[in-house]
Amino acid sequence: MIVIVDYGMGNLESIRNMLRRIGARAEVTGDPEQVARATRIVLPGVGAFDAAMKRIDEAGLRDVLDHKALVDRIPCLGICLGMQLLTRGSQEGKQRGLGWIAASTYRFQPTDGLKVPHMGWNLVHRSGASPLTVNFEHEDEVRFYFVHSYYVRVDDERHSILKANYGVEFDAAVQQDNIFGAQFHPEKSHRFGMRMFQNFLEV
Amino acid sequence: MLRPRVIPALLLRHEALVKTVRFGRFEYVGDPANTCRIFNELEVDELVFLDILASREGRAPNLKVLSEIAAECFMPISYGGGISSVEAAGEVLKSGFEKVVVNTAALDRPELVTELARAFGSQSVIVSIDVKEGWLRGQECRGMAGRRSTGRAPVDWARQLEELGAGEILLTSIDREGTWGGLDLELTRTVADAVSVPVVAHGGVGRVEDIALGIKEGGASAVAVGSLVVFQKQGMGVLVNFPDKDALGEAVGWR
Repeated sequence: MIVIVDYGMGNLESIRNMLRRIGARAEVTGDPEQVARATRIVLPGVGAFDAAMKRIDEAGLRDVLDHKALVDRIPCLGICLGMQLLTRGSQEGKQRGLGWIAASTYRFQPTDGLKVPHMGWNLVHRSGASPLTVNFEHEDEVRFYFVHSYYVRVDDERHSILKANYGVEFDAAVQQDNIFGAQFHPEKSHRFGMRMFQNFLEV
Repeated sequence: MLRPRVIPALLLRHEALVKTVRFGRFEYVGDPANTCRIFNELEVDELVFLDILASREGRAPNLKVLSEIAAECFMPISYGGGISSVEAAGEVLKSGFEKVVVNTAALDRPELVTELARAFGSQSVIVSIDVKEGWLRGQECRGMAGRRSTGRAPVDWARQLEELGAGEILLTSIDREGTWGGLDLELTRTVADAVSVPVVAHGGVGRVEDIALGIKEGGASAVAVGSLVVFQKQGMGVLVNFPDKDALGEAVGWR
């Protein structure tokens, strides 16, 4: 069962719509018992880092999520803020992140007239091989839709699978073992996002 | 780096898509969900849906139609029409939209813009400014789908909206809308120069070159298009289409 984790933040319906389009049924739930039965987890997120981590803690989801990710080692995909939650922490707040990926989250510094948030379609390039990005090789341009004011940098470049540039180069998608993260919104990145979800379902 | 966005602006009238000329003369374009499917295939960057009757009829957003649209759109989508509270905006976002558009309700109660920005973040809040040339006073902002005069000057209102927390401004020239005659570049430039939030220029695009002009000369961050992407040509039948990627890239200077 694919579980889209509902902790009160994020565009859950869009993710479910796209999964439905590629023929996959997903359960949207914030119930720890349901999450415990997941075979794949999608962790969405829109909003502030601390608010999100608090809600995850208050909903009693942290233990079950840790167990699924680190003990059962099922494929987990964090999207946008959901990817930032996978890191150890963010410059946006003081709360401890999930820490499943050796990485930290930083704030964009507005430079050269670049506006924050970074919002819109941007090109990405491959920085490492991953099952999440198979079938992208023959594309001359791969682009995704981004909306974020903070970005992730991995400690170890081997965990970076896609990079994008917005004043600084940052990790647009990451993988560490069974844990995947996408800073952009694959559910809103038509063909490219669809393929990424298909890849995630085949991991 | 980001590319300038080209955004089809689709007009909802009850449950159908229509196209207008200077905010009048409705012409039926098609079924919303079906049109979305075509725009998916065309890999369009973003769509904005505007219910042109909701405010006039005092109606809340039609969530049934919005859910049907969201289920078919795999790109960022915005909705405007009849949103007058944080709750109503929340429902629209929850149905699968990324951004809400307000106009009349913000003219009535400007604090709404701040409330929306606090609740959902500025990036989710677009304020639409509909501009019409008046007999004496020059250009002014209009509410109620162009029918209500406000006496506000576009630049002043845009500045105020930025302060209130608007994340983006959809700037429409009522006089150009549906005419194929090109954007009001002067209006676009004065507003884009006055604010630092992205300005989406709308109203009058009839050629790919008009899009490029809106960005280069108008200083817009994005351009919204209507007739160009729903009709075959001016005066001809409905044909949902989108400018060729290479032609657009060349005109706008992506490559």
